[in-house]
Parts: sequence; C-alpha cells; structure tokens
Amino acid sequence: MTDEVVLAAENVTKHFAASRGRRFGLGKRPPVRAVEDVSLNLTAGRITAMVGESGCGKSTVARMLARIYPPTKGRILLRGKEVTDSRAYRRNVQMVFQDPFASLNPFHKVHYHLARPLKLHGHARTKAEVDEQVAALLERVSLTPVEQFMHKLPHELSGGQRQRVAIARALAAQPVALIADEPVSMLDVSIRLGVLRLLEKLAREENLALLYITHDIASARYFADDILVMYAGQLIEQGPSQRVTDDPAHPYTKLLLSAAPDPDQVDDEEDTTDHGEPPSLISPPSGCRFHPRCPVALPTCSTTAPLFTALADDHHTACHLYDPATVAG
Amino acid sequence: MDYLTGSGAVHAVDGVSLTLRRGEILGLAGESGSGKSTLANAVARLLRPPAVVTAGSVTYHRADGSATDLLRMGKQELRRFRWKELAVVFQSAMNSLNPVTTVGSQVDDVLRAHDRSMSTVERRDRAVELLRRVGISADRAKSYPHELSGGMRQRAAIAIALALNPEIIIMDEPTTALDVVVQRDILREIKALREEYGFAVVFITHDLSLLLSMADRIAVMYAGQLVEHGAARDVHDHPRHPYTLGLLRSFPKLRGPREELLGIPGTPPDLRDLPPGCPFHPRCRFAVDACSAEQPELTEVHSGQWAACLAHGPSYGPVPVELSAGGSR
Repeated sequence: MTDEVVLAAENVTKHFAASRGRRFGLGKRPPVRAVEDVSLNLTAGRITAMVGESGCGKSTVARMLARIYPPTKGRILLRGKEVTDSRAYRRNVQMVFQDPFASLNPFHKVHYHLARPLKLHGHARTKAEVDEQVAALLERVSLTPVEQFMHKLPHELSGGQRQRVAIARALAAQPVALIADEPVSMLDVSIRLGVLRLLEKLAREENLALLYITHDIASARYFADDILVMYAGQLIEQGPSQRVTDDPAHPYTKLLLSAAPDPDQVDDEEDTTDHGEPPSLISPPSGCRFHPRCPVALPTCSTTAPLFTALADDHHTACHLYDPATVAG
Repeated sequence: MDYLTGSGAVHAVDGVSLTLRRGEILGLAGESGSGKSTLANAVARLLRPPAVVTAGSVTYHRADGSATDLLRMGKQELRRFRWKELAVVFQSAMNSLNPVTTVGSQVDDVLRAHDRSMSTVERRDRAVELLRRVGISADRAKSYPHELSGGMRQRAAIAIALALNPEIIIMDEPTTALDVVVQRDILREIKALREEYGFAVVFITHDLSLLLSMADRIAVMYAGQLVEHGAARDVHDHPRHPYTLGLLRSFPKLRGPREELLGIPGTPPDLRDLPPGCPFHPRCRFAVDACSAEQPELTEVHSGQWAACLAHGPSYGPVPVELSAGGSR
C-alpha cells in the first residue's frame, strides 16, 4: 500500500448564486456560501470520512471533487495535477450517490448500467469483453449468481442490491478515487453494514482512495481511518477517526458526538438547553461560524475567524480555544 | 390483527397484538416494509383502500373506564375521537403542514374544527401558548412552513398534535429527516411534554438505537409480525430474538473499543412470498430445520419480555448463549 495522495482539494470554495432573497441596496444578490476554503487530501487505500449536519456543505464538496460543480475558487488536483479533460478525470474519480432509487435509470437493465461506463472509458470493446467484465464487476460487489442479476431491472432489486449496482458502475471506470455520498443512509439498518463492508474491502484490496460522506459519526468512527468534520461550509476539525471521536477538540464535534443516540449511555445529566440550528449560509455569522451556538465562546470568536491549529501531527482543529495566540493573549 | 392489501393480498401486518399503557412511550421498531407504519395507520383508522383490516380489534380504554373498539367506530364518532384523543405526527412535517397558511392558523384550525366553544381570542392565545410550549416563539406563529427550518416544522407539527390534549400521540418517524443535534432536542422536548401532559406515545422508527434511550417499552417487527417486545432495557441488554440481536449488532458504537459487528446477512423478505415457518429463518444464524416448518409463537421468555423464536421452545435444546440472559452485549 502506498501513501500516495490521489486526489486533493486546495482551498476550494463554492458560492451559489441565490435566485431569490433580499437584495442589499441595488447590488447583486448575496450568494449562498456553501463551501468556504476547504482543503483535503485523499490517499490511496485509505478511507476518509466527512461528517456534518445537512446543509454543512459536505455534499457540495463531494460534487466538486466529482466535477459535477466547478469550484468558485481553489483547485482540485488529481495526482498533483489539474486535469482539464472531464472524461479523463471521471475515469479516475467516480461517485456513488445517496439514493439508489434515483441514481439508476428504471428503464435499463443492470447489464446496461455496467456496460456503458466500460464502453465509454474504453475498457471493453467487443461484446464478449463487455459481458465478461460486467460479470466480473457483479462478482466484485457480491451480486451472485451473476447471470441472474445481469438481466434484472432496477425495480426488481432491493435498495441494498441497487446500491451495489451503483458501486459496480462506479468501479467500471476503474477509478483511483471513489466518492460515496451517504451511500447507506437510504438503506435499511440490517443491510447497511454489508454495503459499508463492501466499500471498505474495495478500498483496502484495490487501493482505492475512498471519501465516505455521512451524517452518522458512529459509522465514520468504525469504517474510516480519518474523519473530517464540517460545519456551515467550513472544515473545523480533522484527524484520525479514533482520536476525533474519543478525544474531540472542537466544541461542535463534541456537540455532534453527544447528540448521537447512544443506547449504552442513557443521558443522566438532563441537559435541557436548546442547541439551536445551523446558521444561514447567505449571511453566515461573523468570526467563527459556530460561535452563536458555542457553549464556550470567547469574545474574540464573534470577530475573528479561527485558523487551523495543530494539536498533533495529524490532528487539526479550527478553534480559538486551541490557538496559542488567543490563549496567550 | 391481520389485514391484507389489494394486489395479490399482501399480509402487511399479520397477527400482531400490542398494548399501550396510559402515559407510556412504546417504541415500534422495524425495517421498511416490516409493517410498523401500517399498524399505526390501522390503529388511527387512516388506512385507505386497497388496504383493509381483515381481522382483529383495537380497544381504546378511556380514562373514565369505558372502552370502544376503534375499528367499529362510525364517521361521527371517529370525528370526535381523532385529534381529541388520538393525534398523529407524521414523518415529514414538510408534507403534513399546509404550505399556504401560517403555522399559527394551522393550530387555530384544529382548535376551531374540534372545539366550537372557544372564542377567536382564546384560540389565538392557545395557539401561541402551544407553539411556545414546543419551543417556537410567539412571533413565529405568523410564519409559513417554508420560512421555518425542518426542526421548527416538526415542532409545529407536534404543537398541532398537542392542541386538544390527546391521550395518545402516534409519532411515525418524527425525527428521521432531522439532524442529530436537532433530533436530540426534539426527543427531549417530547419526553418533557409527556411528563407534563401525561399522554402516551407510539414512537415508530427504524432506528433502534434511538428507541433504547427514548422508549419505556420496545416492540420489534419483522415481515409484518411482532418478533419481540419487552422493557427497553431488557431488550437492549438481553435481546431474545435473533433479529433483535442482529439489529443491535448492526450499528457501530460511538464509544468504547471497536467490537465486531455481526450484521444480518441477506435481505428482508418479499411479503408476497414469505418463507415458510419463521419468516426470519433464512437470515438467522441460529436456525434449525424446525424453523422452516413451524411458525413460532410469542412466548414470555423473561418476565415481561416476549419473543417469537423456537430457540426458546422445548424442541430446540439449549438456548444459544447470545439469546439468553448470560449473553449480554
């Protein structure tokens, strides 16, 4: 296994033009600041999880990495280079979407869904080659007997089976990086584990760089090597998954962890404070975007945005509490 | 209670008997298609053709001691019963609230329709009071649903359910669409309101981990049948049915060491074509030959804890250690 950085985002920012909303004066409408200045690295054979609430920008990051949206600012580097050719890029970076009911064309059989990327990316030319590779793909995602699944339509499959087809379709391009945007949140609890295990196996055995996007921090802890936490469009903490979940630094990560339902720890201290909701991304709070909800906010938090501080070589957080400058002053 | 739906007579719920005690939170867990929502809708008399209740009864015991079979209620009677004694909170508040009127007027609407004796001013005051109780400030009463966040909308839906002080509130996945932090705040709110008003809750969810900290008792459904029910603690600490055990070991834990996740192999069965005997046996790792022949009955395994599994019967031999009191997680 190499420690090669396959896919990197460098200070990417995404602003969406708001089609409605208040206009300040007669100027342009303010944009929705969906993602602000996010940098990340995906390494071959490693699973990186990105967690955060809905609306925090994690799907937008995924879509920028998959080249569905162009970033407003910043660069996306594939093996250290910016790639302009979309097809060459997509051959290397593939995406699995959240909803397997919407991501497969209901009119086409499984064989068609898998044969198309094979042909488009030039991995198979003759019919025999296509058939052989389609069968191999189904085998890899454990949809066996292969002959039976090949000729099924999406509606004949369960949610978990469809998601496996979607994964096989992504693999057909023979990518080096796979972006899975909430791949199991639409699936039943009893089959989630199987799909996650499959993704894990693919990342390890085929040396794929996997970005696993989820709102379920417990599964991120279990499957990922590293965790990135996003809040209101910004990355606020990153580190090895065990460290981030056992010893979180940022107050938001702590809030997220304490809010996750945990049957083994029925909340004894009845903390009845209302924790509020994520802010508007059209006019985000000044300074640290988390400060209005933060239980330990300092005066400086509402004026100055915190910078990333290293807590350890591989554990970083953007919070004034850990900033030596703030603590000293 | 047993009932069929139209196309090909699907037994969506088959022979389920449950009691809901006054003021308790009963958690109903199961995967999609396990019949939990259908069961709740049948109780609330919300089923529409092609769904029909073919057998069974739903007895409602009033506080004054009188009892009625809800399934035999006439239109007039039902109109008086609904919302005054039994209210429903649906999964997506986005769809259950009217988008073209304000939330205040929707609370008002319920009051006007069910309680003719209140004056306009009284109703307005009550509406504001109800919204305040669920954590929506008075000035938000004039907001339209689209102006509120998902959490706020769900709170508004809960306020509407509370409007007439019902005895029972059925909550069908009330927090599934929400973020964990907001979800926890709302669950706390529900618990606090229950303390205050003393209503009973049927809480339907696919998220067993959430129920364990929320419910007093838990009932687990699989393929339209009740497979286990008992006190929440007992079900969590000592699951007696292999399906419950599998579910509990399917989601990763947030704290403590990374333990081996079992998961459940296979996929949920097709209700049109259920396996013979116990519907869970093809996915069960404790299954013996008898499981495919004999349908297990619910038996009391432990005081107050019932499970439908042959492993607890006389013919099975020793009960697997995982399913006995010794097999705690």
